[in-house]
Amino acid sequence: MSGREAILNKVRASLNAGAGDRKTAVDERLRSAPRGLIPARGQLADAERVALFEAQAAKVFSTTERLASHADLPAAVASYLRSKNLPASIRMGGDPRLRGSHWSSQPALEVRDGPSDGSDEAGLSHAFGAIAETGTLVLHSGPDNPTTVNFLPEHHLVVVDAKDVAGDLETVLANIRDRFGKGVMPRTLNMITGPSRSGDIEQKMLLGAHGPRALHVFIVEG
Amino acid sequence: MQHQVKTRPHVGLFVTCLVDLFRPSVGFAAVKLMEDAGCSVDVPAAQTCCGQPAYNSGDRDDTREIAKATIAAFEEFDYVVAPSGSCASMLKKHYPALFTGDAVWESRAGEFSKKVHELVSFLADELRIQGVDAKLSATATYHDSCSGLRELGIRDQPRKLLQSVEGLKIAEMEEADVCCGFGGTFCVKYSDISNAIVTKKTSNIEVAGADMLLAGDLGCLMNMAGKLQREGSAIEVRHVAEVLAGMTDQPPVGGKL
Amino acid sequence: MQITSPSFKKNSVQALSDAQLQKALGNVRAGFIDKRTKAVDALPEFDALRDNGKAIKDHTLAHLDLYLEAYEEQVKKAGGHVHWAQTAEDARNIILDLCKTRGVKTVTKGKSMISEEIALNDALEEAGVRPVETDLGEYIIQLRGEHPSHIIAPAVHLNKEQIEADFRRVHTHLPADRKLVEHEKLLTEARAVLRAEYFKADLGITGANFLVAETGSSIIVTNEGNGDLTQILPRVHVVIASIEKVVPTLEDAAQILRLLARSATGQEMSVYTTVSTGGRRESDPDGPDEYHVVLLDNGRSSMLGTEFQEMLRCIRCGACMNHCPVYHAVGGHAYGWVYPGPMGAVLTPSLIGVDKGGHLPNASTFCGRCESVCPMRIPLPKMMRHWREREFERGLNPAVARYGLKSWAFFARRPRLYRFFASFGIPALSMLGGAKRRFSWLPFAGGWTKYRELPAPEGRTFMQQWAQREALKQEVSS
Repeated sequence: MSGREAILNKVRASLNAGAGDRKTAVDERLRSAPRGLIPARGQLADAERVALFEAQAAKVFSTTERLASHADLPAAVASYLRSKNLPASIRMGGDPRLRGSHWSSQPALEVRDGPSDGSDEAGLSHAFGAIAETGTLVLHSGPDNPTTVNFLPEHHLVVVDAKDVAGDLETVLANIRDRFGKGVMPRTLNMITGPSRSGDIEQKMLLGAHGPRALHVFIVEG
Repeated sequence: MQHQVKTRPHVGLFVTCLVDLFRPSVGFAAVKLMEDAGCSVDVPAAQTCCGQPAYNSGDRDDTREIAKATIAAFEEFDYVVAPSGSCASMLKKHYPALFTGDAVWESRAGEFSKKVHELVSFLADELRIQGVDAKLSATATYHDSCSGLRELGIRDQPRKLLQSVEGLKIAEMEEADVCCGFGGTFCVKYSDISNAIVTKKTSNIEVAGADMLLAGDLGCLMNMAGKLQREGSAIEVRHVAEVLAGMTDQPPVGGKL
Repeated sequence: MQITSPSFKKNSVQALSDAQLQKALGNVRAGFIDKRTKAVDALPEFDALRDNGKAIKDHTLAHLDLYLEAYEEQVKKAGGHVHWAQTAEDARNIILDLCKTRGVKTVTKGKSMISEEIALNDALEEAGVRPVETDLGEYIIQLRGEHPSHIIAPAVHLNKEQIEADFRRVHTHLPADRKLVEHEKLLTEARAVLRAEYFKADLGITGANFLVAETGSSIIVTNEGNGDLTQILPRVHVVIASIEKVVPTLEDAAQILRLLARSATGQEMSVYTTVSTGGRRESDPDGPDEYHVVLLDNGRSSMLGTEFQEMLRCIRCGACMNHCPVYHAVGGHAYGWVYPGPMGAVLTPSLIGVDKGGHLPNASTFCGRCESVCPMRIPLPKMMRHWREREFERGLNPAVARYGLKSWAFFARRPRLYRFFASFGIPALSMLGGAKRRFSWLPFAGGWTKYRELPAPEGRTFMQQWAQREALKQEVSS
């Protein structure tokens, strides 16, 4: 008997599982994916939602900045890098919302293409969405926004459209389901709440453990 | 007169074995508090211990026998009250669980359970007394015994009633809600760990700056008093009922230093 | 790893006299309790979410076979592989085989308690594969040849001076005269050393906080980002998870995620919550080529349908040990196996046998603080008592304790006899207490008087005095 059958048989025996309607309950739950309790703070109106996102992001040591449109992005990125004394170089994937901006307007800024190889000081991603209740960014893998950009650079700069800032986690998950189809997921879905940190040395909280030391969010309002 | 007597709540006092054997004055304080609040109190002779030593050692059969005897002895009363959160919780929360599926005893234990109360919460929540008629010039700190706090929700009631004691000040300690390390047989089976826990507790008590330690469970009180005295502390240790009843003539738990 | 749970008493005495450890344990109380309280207080729906979390897990466990099958189907659809391991040995062999067939030399590892449970690192090393722990705490204890002393803060038993000494001992490629005093310096050094390892690794192993049946995904939560670098840089990503980690849907995981970080570290959400499904897709520029899940049973299926089933709701947040006075006193290593604290006191006997783990459920005051903070409402004290009952039934507890208990119960069941002896014994004991009203030593009470005075009884028992009072009343009224 395979390990699979042995384990499943043991589980069935322990549960005293007759056939009956157990399967119906399971199928129905998997099909309908009922939402549980959504905290009140995750159910705010549009303007308050973005404000809550900013407040929650600040609590987890992210920094945020509002931009009127994607057109402002190249200047804002250049300005961020200058303010942190970083080289004028940015790693990013092929996301058309990023690529649509006029990067040539910042001639001193080098734009590096594709996934990160660990040599980048700063990376730029476009988030799929964000969660106001916890100040969380949601990104998924693919050529538009390679996952390595989320983790290898020291500074992670993330663009999110204000309209994609949801109140709660469940709304973003539902949007993912709409985007990829029921039961289908991208290889990696990253929910990121602040820069990397560790408390493993004497429970003292320090930023920049393995991932980025800094997380900067551009909220595009247009 | 006859009518009045009939409507007085009839309380059976579950003395608890530690109060019976070590500190009867707590029992008399409990009787006084309840009589002052208009109850008629009786003490059935057929009681010994709530059964926790057996229950917590995994001896369910003996526990059931003890529970049956206790239930039978107290069924006639309107209320069953114990001056201990731990024993009251045993009677109220754990007895019914002992008889799950038992055709006779499940319902008897269930009915019995509804009548059971810990003393101070009985006074405050059930009899709704707002204060007591007692005086004591002292600064006391109050330890929340675990079962009373977490199984019966006793936290504000003793503090509220203590506030009505004339001349008494309350100085809260850090981590008042953390275990004192008694744990019944735990304190002798794992005496080294128990000692580490009670040492932390007595240091919190000392820092609070009180001259008296109060709690609602004699087991915890004996543990903390024993440690304080071994450390040479002059802090007096008493059951909260003694102070609420104004009965502080007896020497404190373990005597004075 | 060697099981030392049977010598829990000896372990705990050692721990109590270890000054370094006692200092470090202060960080548990300072580092976790207030933060959790604040986070819980800031979410009014927290208790309602606990009810939901419990209901989700209860439902899942009652249909576990079906959800496991559904989960497997979805993993396969996404191009992943599921391996079923009945025992720790099966799990080790599956992973060793993956390493062998893929020519793996170096394995990076995210934090996983299952990896500890199956003693994976030893097996890898024996097979010539180099395991590198990447969680900072796990990395530190790996350097020391130790095991985690806490399920979410594996190195909580250490002080930074000890960590500095270990880094100097192992990182010999760095200048000997470098400054390494501050916490930040230690972190930066570990970050640089481990960054190189991520790129060297051929295979990355992570645990899982959840497996999602709806999508065939595994979810991990970390703060450092090590679990992510571990899974996106090597060619192969292997997830090891026990069977009870499965939840039906993403929505179910979302409910429990709201409980997990708050209960664990007092965060509202961990920094990185990562949902992984299958290997990289054709158009993906990064990510692992292969995705494998090793599903471990190792005794859990036998807990289903018993009084210990509720333990399988555990989400490994560590709140029970963070709030446990016994854990605060002795730390995690004293428990003698993988899982310490109250959750370990219930789980360990289930997994290694109550004959070996019997001390753990006994070493509790039943203060109930663990249950009061458990996000999944697991009745931990009740289950520890169940273990004591199993021990008692099998006669595993010491004869002296058994005999003492039985004789006590004999009297407790016979009120008149009990009263008869108490009416002599207690006044006599009271007399012995003398003017001090307490004892510093008493025969048969050494466990008590070793550390405390024993208060003397006041005098005659309450029942004696009450009988007299009632008799007087009778006289007056007649």
